Amino acid sequence: MMFSEVINQIIDTTIATFRDVLPIAAILFGFQFAVIRKPLPNLGRVLIGFFWVLIGLSLFLIGLEWALFPLGRLMAQQLTDPVFLAGTADVAAVAQALDWSDYYWVYLFAFFVGFATTIAEPSLIAVAIKANEVSGGSIGIWGLRLSVALGVAVGISLGCYRIVVGDPIQYYIMAGYVIVVLQTLVAPKLIIPLAYDSGGVTTSTVTVPLVAALGLGLAETVPGRNPLIDGFGLIAFASLFPIMSVMAYAQITQKLNARESKTSAEDQ
Amino acid sequence: MDRRFSLRDTLIKLLKFLLGSIRDLAPIIAVVLFFQLVVLQQPLPNVGQLLMGVVFVLLGLTFFIHGLEQGLFPIGESMAHAFARKGSAPWLLIFAFALGFGTTVAEPALIAVAAEAAKVAANGNLIEASQASQASYANGLRMSVALSVGIAILLGVLRILKGWPVQWFIIGGYIMVVIMTAFAPEEIIGIAYDSGGVTTSTITVPLVTALGVGLASSIKGRNPMIDGFGLIALASLTPMIFVMAYGMIVL
Repeated sequence: MMFSEVINQIIDTTIATFRDVLPIAAILFGFQFAVIRKPLPNLGRVLIGFFWVLIGLSLFLIGLEWALFPLGRLMAQQLTDPVFLAGTADVAAVAQALDWSDYYWVYLFAFFVGFATTIAEPSLIAVAIKANEVSGGSIGIWGLRLSVALGVAVGISLGCYRIVVGDPIQYYIMAGYVIVVLQTLVAPKLIIPLAYDSGGVTTSTVTVPLVAALGLGLAETVPGRNPLIDGFGLIAFASLFPIMSVMAYAQITQKLNARESKTSAEDQ
Repeated sequence: MDRRFSLRDTLIKLLKFLLGSIRDLAPIIAVVLFFQLVVLQQPLPNVGQLLMGVVFVLLGLTFFIHGLEQGLFPIGESMAHAFARKGSAPWLLIFAFALGFGTTVAEPALIAVAAEAAKVAANGNLIEASQASQASYANGLRMSVALSVGIAILLGVLRILKGWPVQWFIIGGYIMVVIMTAFAPEEIIGIAYDSGGVTTSTITVPLVTALGVGLASSIKGRNPMIDGFGLIALASLTPMIFVMAYGMIVL
């Protein structure tokens, strides 16, 4: 790649990010000055902060576009390639030769990519920092991030399984809803809103493009699937399962703490 | 304050964030390398570009987290406090709607999904395959999602003001999703379910979280843990309902 190309791409992406941030900044500062009508405390620091966010997000997106996305898309294609899966490019033979369990590399890849991209997701880091601060440290940044990542990992692998066997998505989602509702009844009250939120924050900059590529590749390879219909839905899985895993995390820590305080009480 | 000192502080902080970013990205790098080299047994293409990309991602994440704590969190919180002190609920609700609508309507992920959905609809002969009808379909979809996020943030802020439990909204939303699924055209369901996840961008999430937590901590009787979170959850639920409704009306 030429140096000038690199510079051009950096400028283009920065402009695009700036365009995305502009309406948000306009709303914030518009309301600040027109409605609240008070000067913003630390205006300089906030503006510098916005500048860092802008630069950071641009670099992040450029880096993803250069390093992660091409490779991730390529790998998703290769892993779902009939030649890799069945040793033949003949679609009819693939249909005969492959059982759902022959796609095990796909499920594993889905699991690990779901986990790893969620750990790197900037908005999840933001929410984890905030939750840690608000809970006075009782919700660990890493505890939250790991349980969300685990939820996404399980969700995406299950979503891939669904594409392979061809079940309608709504049954899975509705079963998930039932579990979420049941967990809501028994989970510690403090975690519930945060758990619901972690469903929405998991899927943004890093996860969506890779997961979408995996879903589309899979729907193209598996005989009888329509990529335009079956290729979607992985993101829905990735936003449902963290809700369960975060509530489960809170339930487990609560149980452990209860046992610990019980034993320490018995010791005394 | 001594300027040199604060510069050094910033640098030390950035270095700490950088180490954090390396740790955050290590799993992805490990997964990609393992699958590429061990499972697929392919060489890495364009190693130079890959390395440069990784460096950019590292720096980008570092700067982003730094800016988050300097800019996005403080402004979200200070505006929440200011609105709470001002005591004007209508303005706060208008602000909430504008923030939800404004941040979503320009969201690149949403624009991409809407265009994809238009292709699906044209392919299934649900709309005309012409460019114009696809564009108008995609545009309508985008607007309905943006509207739904605006309404979600508005409802969520109202909920914080009133202290209503979030689970009633979420479970109510789930029931609506289930009912709509029974009536919505098959082709739209997958996209509708996905649209919930793509609406909340990297900049919106920290802002909205800071807004909710800031509001809950400046209103008496509200617990920031219980009342402060939940805005994102609503913002990822309502698009599912609105997109299915759009599918039912237009298709």
